[in-house]
Amino acid sequence: MNLLDVQNLRVKFGASTVVSDVSFFIAPGEKFALVGESGSGKTVTSLSILRLNQDAEYGGRILFEGQDLLQKPEPAMRAVRGKDVAMIFQEPMTALNPLFTIGNQIAEVLMLHEGLSAKAAALRAVELLDKTGIPEPARRALAFPHQLSGGQRQRAMIAMALACKPKLLIADEPTTALDVTIQVQILELLNQLQREENMAVLMITHDLNLVRHFADRVGVMEKGRLIETATTHDLFAQPREPYTRKLLASRPQRVVGTVDENVSSLLTGEKVRCTFSIKRGWFKKTPFVAVDDVDVQLKPHETLGIVGESGSGKSTLGMALLRLSTAQVQGKIAFVGKPISEMTSVALRPLRAKMQVVFQDPFASLSPRRTIEQIVGEGLELHQPQLGREGLRREVANALSEVGLSPEMLSRYPHEFSGGQRQRIAIARALVLKPELILLDEPTSSLDVSVQQQVLLLLAELQRKYGMAYLFISHDLAVIRAMAHRVMVMKDGKVVESGRTEDVLSNPSQPYTQRLLAAATYSTLGKTEKSVSQAGVAPA
Amino acid sequence: MNTTTTSISPGRRIWLRFKQNPRGYWSLIIFCVLFAVSLAAEVVSNDKPLVVRYNGQIMFPIVQTYSEKVFGGDFDSPADYLDPFIQEQFKREGNWAIYPLNHYRYDTLNYFAKSPNPAPPSSDNWLGTDDRGRDVFARLLYGFRVSVLFGLALTITGIILGVVTGAIQGYFAGKTDLFFQRFMEIWGSMPELYLLIIFASIFEPGFGLLLILLSLFGWMGLSDYVRADFLRNRNLEYVQAARALGLSNSQIIWRHVLPNSLTPVVTFLPFRMSAAILALTSLDFLGLGVPPPTPSLGELLAQGKNNLDAWWIATSTFVGLTMMLLLLTNIGDALRNALDVRRKA
Repeated sequence: MNLLDVQNLRVKFGASTVVSDVSFFIAPGEKFALVGESGSGKTVTSLSILRLNQDAEYGGRILFEGQDLLQKPEPAMRAVRGKDVAMIFQEPMTALNPLFTIGNQIAEVLMLHEGLSAKAAALRAVELLDKTGIPEPARRALAFPHQLSGGQRQRAMIAMALACKPKLLIADEPTTALDVTIQVQILELLNQLQREENMAVLMITHDLNLVRHFADRVGVMEKGRLIETATTHDLFAQPREPYTRKLLASRPQRVVGTVDENVSSLLTGEKVRCTFSIKRGWFKKTPFVAVDDVDVQLKPHETLGIVGESGSGKSTLGMALLRLSTAQVQGKIAFVGKPISEMTSVALRPLRAKMQVVFQDPFASLSPRRTIEQIVGEGLELHQPQLGREGLRREVANALSEVGLSPEMLSRYPHEFSGGQRQRIAIARALVLKPELILLDEPTSSLDVSVQQQVLLLLAELQRKYGMAYLFISHDLAVIRAMAHRVMVMKDGKVVESGRTEDVLSNPSQPYTQRLLAAATYSTLGKTEKSVSQAGVAPA
Repeated sequence: MNTTTTSISPGRRIWLRFKQNPRGYWSLIIFCVLFAVSLAAEVVSNDKPLVVRYNGQIMFPIVQTYSEKVFGGDFDSPADYLDPFIQEQFKREGNWAIYPLNHYRYDTLNYFAKSPNPAPPSSDNWLGTDDRGRDVFARLLYGFRVSVLFGLALTITGIILGVVTGAIQGYFAGKTDLFFQRFMEIWGSMPELYLLIIFASIFEPGFGLLLILLSLFGWMGLSDYVRADFLRNRNLEYVQAARALGLSNSQIIWRHVLPNSLTPVVTFLPFRMSAAILALTSLDFLGLGVPPPTPSLGELLAQGKNNLDAWWIATSTFVGLTMMLLLLTNIGDALRNALDVRRKA
């Protein structure tokens, strides 16, 4: 008998149907993955199993060990949650209660479902933490969530989920918020625990690469429907549906132009050093070096990729090079031959038109109360006031059609656009000033894979056409591989390795780069056992 | 995404959501009508006729003061149009007078009243008179105007001060914020009521003085909210992008941060106004407010307390005041819901 059997599941919120006619099953001990882009209904489907969607209307049946979960009364449902079916979430920081120690939170589950005494539960909590590979579990059990690193928090979440030996673990994007090297460790841990406990795992993710190395079977969701279910091997070998093929094909393709090596540099940074002062107590301040003596060179038409995990200082470096950083910046920075590190912010203002930024989050980077025309035209209004109203409108409309948007959208507001469209608007805002340098700070990280590919192609096309230089910051090696001429790998504020993209990413000389590359492709997953899951755990 | 080319601005969407709440919408309409009527109180409730025709001449007593002699009286004093003799003159052949709806101003003393003061409601005085013989309806109407105007003035000055100080603290943060916060803590711990009593005994208490004194302390609550919003918004990427475009601080504040930080201002607007009205009313009740004979709801309440047997004073003032505060609260509730972006228009 199947452990979980979802039959014709329908989920409605008010008038809108979010999930329609979804049927799949999970056998005991099986790893099943639901893949889809944002808004495809995969998370809603998984939450329906525990009936955790608020204000939802359900249809169909969800059989768990033969019993229909949709018909169970609420008290009976509470016994299922956490005991038979447990869940881990994308962001462990918000999923853990910040006011209790993690030991406390794990023990609570045990006391609730297993009826253990407080003392026995506390001991068992330490055991569970040990099992998830957290070093010094007895000490960590007394730590509050904020005192742990992201990876450790996710391990604590897993320990909590495993507390009652659930038969099914639902993992909703459990690694998306984590750095690549930590991602692999967490997946390795899930793999190992799944084997030991013989528990079934329902993995919700957008990452096809992850699915390929983790799941036994895959279901592909699109617009609330489950369009294809197959074993992982079959799906990747012979995708049946066109949408699946599109998803599989939407891995970034390499699109770079040629760079003239003999031109003088557009942007140079010598021994750039960024320091933040961190307050300790009332009067004491300790300096924190976010970027440590980094040299940068960027030629016209060139894309320099800066790769690193979170906290490596890559964004700080990018902002410092454009004189936008709030940190104390030392070192010499020159742009189009002018020493911008020594200029006042007023003297720098005319040069601002030549260097622009596109940020990661297209929802935060456009002011919600201004029209697209106002947003895109703002820079022109400042730097080319001679254009006049009509000229301004024409330029803005041109920039919009350049990024593939219709000029009819001029009078709309940002909330009317999708994430990909918003990112195009942000690019248009930078582009309209005809800059020579654009800083792209994770420009595709919050976009769906298929949209990501479109935006990357657009950026490459624009570079070919206008010859801008890009400073491309990303944690995603696949994106960097597709876009960058040269790459710089950063770790803890220092450059670990740099050189031509082909060289660095195919024959990395430094162990850190090698580890990063291995993690990005999940190639070590399931091959090395305990060694990976214990290695490189960040200290709290 | 929709394909229509006409777009609804965020401000317009707020208005559409506001209209969805009938209680708030109608409260707003009623309040506006009442306020408009009270602004025209001189025409609605006055002891002088609007127009008279006397011996073939058209006269406008409401804008011009005429001597009693003009209408055949004995003395060279301003005509008292409530005097039965003068009223008699207008009833003669060829003469007429058009009176306002209510025949009394807020300070009219009717020397020809039929019953002793305070007089119960009658056809002459719709809501009765107070213990000095002044018409309660007229005083309520004028008092409403004073209250709302005071509330508006106090709210507007409070909002300007609060937004400016909050914006400076929030946008520049760091040391500026630190010093300003300490200053506000010191400023906020000054005993407001004592200061009011002291100042009321030094200066002649009046509309202007009360406004200044109450504004000196009223901005702090709002300032904190605006500061918090600025602190949040200044770090958002659209502000960074504006900085990358080369905009100056004042341009960034004015165009980007301010419009996105006004939610607490708009939400608190009606509540601040009713708080301001209540503040004036309670000061008047204690006798620290506007000087007599300025019509004021607080003074009426005090009269109601002193003349418990004249139930009409306390009752009508209470009903009037409650109505006004209820309307404002309803508007505020609807506004708060309208600003909640999770609701659909």
